[in-house]
Amino acid sequence: MSTETRKLDRVVIRFAGDSGDGMQLTGDRFTSEAAAFGNDLATQPNFPAEIRAPQGTLPGVSSFQLHFADYDILTPGDRPDVLVAMNPAALKANVVDLPDGGILIVNTDEFSKRNLTKVGYDSNPLEDDSLERFQVHKVAMATLTIGALEETGLGKKDAERAKNMFALGLLSWMYHRPTEGTERFLREKFAKKPDIAEANVLAFRAGFYYGETTEAFAVTYEVAPAKLNVGTYRQITGNTATAYGIVAAGQLSKLPIVLGTYPITPASDILHELSKHKNFDITTVQAEDEIAGIGIALGASYGGAIGVTSTSGPGIALKSETIGLGVMTELPLLVIDVQRGGPSTGLPTKTEQADLLQAMFGRNGESPVPIVAPQSPSDCFDAVVDATRIALKYRTPVLFLSDGAIANGSEPWMIPDVETLPDLTVEFATDPENFQPYSRDPETLARPWAVPGTPGLQHRIGGLEKQDITGNISYDPENHDKMVRLRQAKIDGIEVPDVVVEDPDGNAKVLVVGWGSSYGPIGAAARRVRKLGLPVAHAHLRHLNPFPKNLGDVLKSYEKVIVPEMNLGQLALLLRAKYLVDAVSYTKVQGLPFKAEELQDVLADVIKGVSA
Amino acid sequence: MTAIDIGLPGLTGVPTTDEKQTARDYKSDQEVRWCPGCGDYIVLNTMQSFLPSLGLKRENIVFVSGIGCSSRFPYYMNTYGMHSIHGRAPAIATGLAVARPDLSVWVVTGDGDALSIGGNHLIHTLRRNVNLKILLFNNRIYGLTKGQYSPTSEPGKVTKSTPIGSVDHPFNPVSLALGAEASFVGRALDSDKAGLTSVLRQAAEHRGSALVEIYQNCPIFNDGAFDVLKDADEAQRRIIHVVDGEPIRFGREGEYCVVREGFGLAVAKSADVDASDIVVHDASDLNLSFALSRLSTQDLTHTVTGVFRRADRTTYDDGVRAQVDEAKASKAADLSKLLHGKDTWTVVG
Repeated sequence: MSTETRKLDRVVIRFAGDSGDGMQLTGDRFTSEAAAFGNDLATQPNFPAEIRAPQGTLPGVSSFQLHFADYDILTPGDRPDVLVAMNPAALKANVVDLPDGGILIVNTDEFSKRNLTKVGYDSNPLEDDSLERFQVHKVAMATLTIGALEETGLGKKDAERAKNMFALGLLSWMYHRPTEGTERFLREKFAKKPDIAEANVLAFRAGFYYGETTEAFAVTYEVAPAKLNVGTYRQITGNTATAYGIVAAGQLSKLPIVLGTYPITPASDILHELSKHKNFDITTVQAEDEIAGIGIALGASYGGAIGVTSTSGPGIALKSETIGLGVMTELPLLVIDVQRGGPSTGLPTKTEQADLLQAMFGRNGESPVPIVAPQSPSDCFDAVVDATRIALKYRTPVLFLSDGAIANGSEPWMIPDVETLPDLTVEFATDPENFQPYSRDPETLARPWAVPGTPGLQHRIGGLEKQDITGNISYDPENHDKMVRLRQAKIDGIEVPDVVVEDPDGNAKVLVVGWGSSYGPIGAAARRVRKLGLPVAHAHLRHLNPFPKNLGDVLKSYEKVIVPEMNLGQLALLLRAKYLVDAVSYTKVQGLPFKAEELQDVLADVIKGVSA
Repeated sequence: MTAIDIGLPGLTGVPTTDEKQTARDYKSDQEVRWCPGCGDYIVLNTMQSFLPSLGLKRENIVFVSGIGCSSRFPYYMNTYGMHSIHGRAPAIATGLAVARPDLSVWVVTGDGDALSIGGNHLIHTLRRNVNLKILLFNNRIYGLTKGQYSPTSEPGKVTKSTPIGSVDHPFNPVSLALGAEASFVGRALDSDKAGLTSVLRQAAEHRGSALVEIYQNCPIFNDGAFDVLKDADEAQRRIIHVVDGEPIRFGREGEYCVVREGFGLAVAKSADVDASDIVVHDASDLNLSFALSRLSTQDLTHTVTGVFRRADRTTYDDGVRAQVDEAKASKAADLSKLLHGKDTWTVVG
């Protein structure tokens, strides 16, 4: 029987299974296949905070969603078109997101009475009519995998573990994906265990051939390569792009990097990545705690390196006092906050944008710091280079607000030509003639960076209030007032690019303003409402402090301003306070990114309200 | 920066000068603002007198402190200095030492700063063996906050925060440091300039973390805490000064000595024991150093001074630098190659 091949412009696939089933790896491999094929793509892993929650339970479900298309896409997709469920828990946790008519591929081997009971199924959904709205494919993946590996001599348990590769093989066949990359990857990954490598390759092929030879699948699908801008691309996650941006900043400034940090989800991958690149004069110190991490970074900055610390919201809370010391001593410092759900320990593996006000105000005293937020996984690279530019030029700690969604999500990245990257070189103070530790550059208001070891510039700095110019301890009321205002003026005067408004129709009355990782869903929603004939303008802020100089005028040139955020309206609060605009908040804090569809509805309602 | 080996492992890499230095060169232009009679003055003077003998370039010396009375120290030294935040000086100094092998980095801290709010950083710095010299001014009280008990105050201590007496059990800072496997631990009295100078010198020469506990009198909130050690007669009976390689005797004409007892050590009259039973100090023996630290009692019936432990162990900062140097030597820093990674694809027009 010949299968029919349908052409699609985009597909969203979600792999879901137990956290021990290797779903992240499976998703990752399918992503690489899509990238190698030339599709545009965006991914969203979703996994529990527990490393191995009890097997087969709802809390133990791990999933990986991948959106790939033949055009430029902005999000990992709202809902899957295809759901691969490796067990009843994965089915139960994810099937609510599958639209009617969606493709559901189920590993039937796990649907025992015991496993069904464990997640509260009274009857087997594969046997009753509860799934009739979907195109269900029941595949005994474990049995088929074990069968395919029979001749390898591998034990049943080891063989069964390769069933995720069976699923990958089947999906690769269904979507006409190239397979060489995955086979090569498996052989490299398990280079030290050739029998396991071979087993995984065999399972992968078994899945592929299963699709080809059985008659269960009448249709296969093709998604053509996307027409992306000319250039060389790779796939990259936000955390990797952040780490690469830090490496680049060191090279562009010709300064060593010292990362002082403490492991924390979802930021640890930045430490893992940077620790591999010592050849770029990068030192990574895994400190005893968050406070030591930033202390080490600040100490290194004092010594003339670029001090960097990476953490998530709870870590920022612990680092606040040292950030304040960085503000007072006016030293460069890069503080990476990969935000997660809060407060307290909150939702470690889920995303949120609720640290904006902590970044802005979370210190004692008047303690202003610049804030930079990347808008997508690949944008982390440029954004962190820019954050370092600010830290070096203005001698200040800079808060970089990434979040769980872009940190772990991935997308294609057009690799920049390193020759085009900005020059970040700085001048250290060296001239003892009239040297004053707290004199200021008239343009930037930055003080000299006078590092220990420089003859004749011996001086003392610290957290006590400084006398203007000399930097000596001063409790003088007028001086304190002056210094507070000077520190504020320095941050307020930081040069940041104007915000660019995207309004292709040019006649929008409604402006949607976002920041950080919501760029994708807001941008996708804006495209959708425009297609419905409803004009909307979109401004996305990378610089949250100071705001771009044109922001006030931009806000005031629209009848209505709406601000979607994954918090309870933190940016909206700042915009209302600073610009006296009646910005309307749309908020959601579910630990998951916005869906383009829901924002489409929100925007459409607002636009219709304004037009009416 | 020029790396110059001056034969003192702790200072390898720190540039020296032929210019003659005096104590005056190390005094900053800032007015010293400790209370009259504070032990900190003596320590400051001792440090300013001692540093010229190292012959280092002054700009390559850095003092980093936390918060507390003693932490004002850097302001008075004409070197580089940072008065940082409460308890965090060891962390900040670690970052500086890791980044800059050409600096001689000193940490000045107190019993509250190092052992209470900064206890975690202290033990981890010692465990890692970062090349820092940590001077712990122990006055057994919180001075800057005006007189609350500290982690080294004696049980029952009546203070503003413990009107009917503290129920806290105190740290023995030397035991704590040795428990963290510090590679160098010493103790001296603020008033003993020669003894303090000797310990400071050995600390400076040592490559690795050196913790020096300095008994320091607070004349305002805990006056006389160490007076029994400053009375000539009492001191003879109480202070056990140890020197590496020498039998441990103390008192007039070596009246007393230290002998083994069970798993630890005890004080005996030299006349009552065989000379061969007198313990010979071995600063490389961690167990012996620890046992010596236990001879020091909170009530100062006995206290041990000198260098408890001095052992060679790779320092953290040398270790991480070696990894970076090796990586730099074996792999070019090719940014473009890094950004490309293994899997790329090209879109052509």
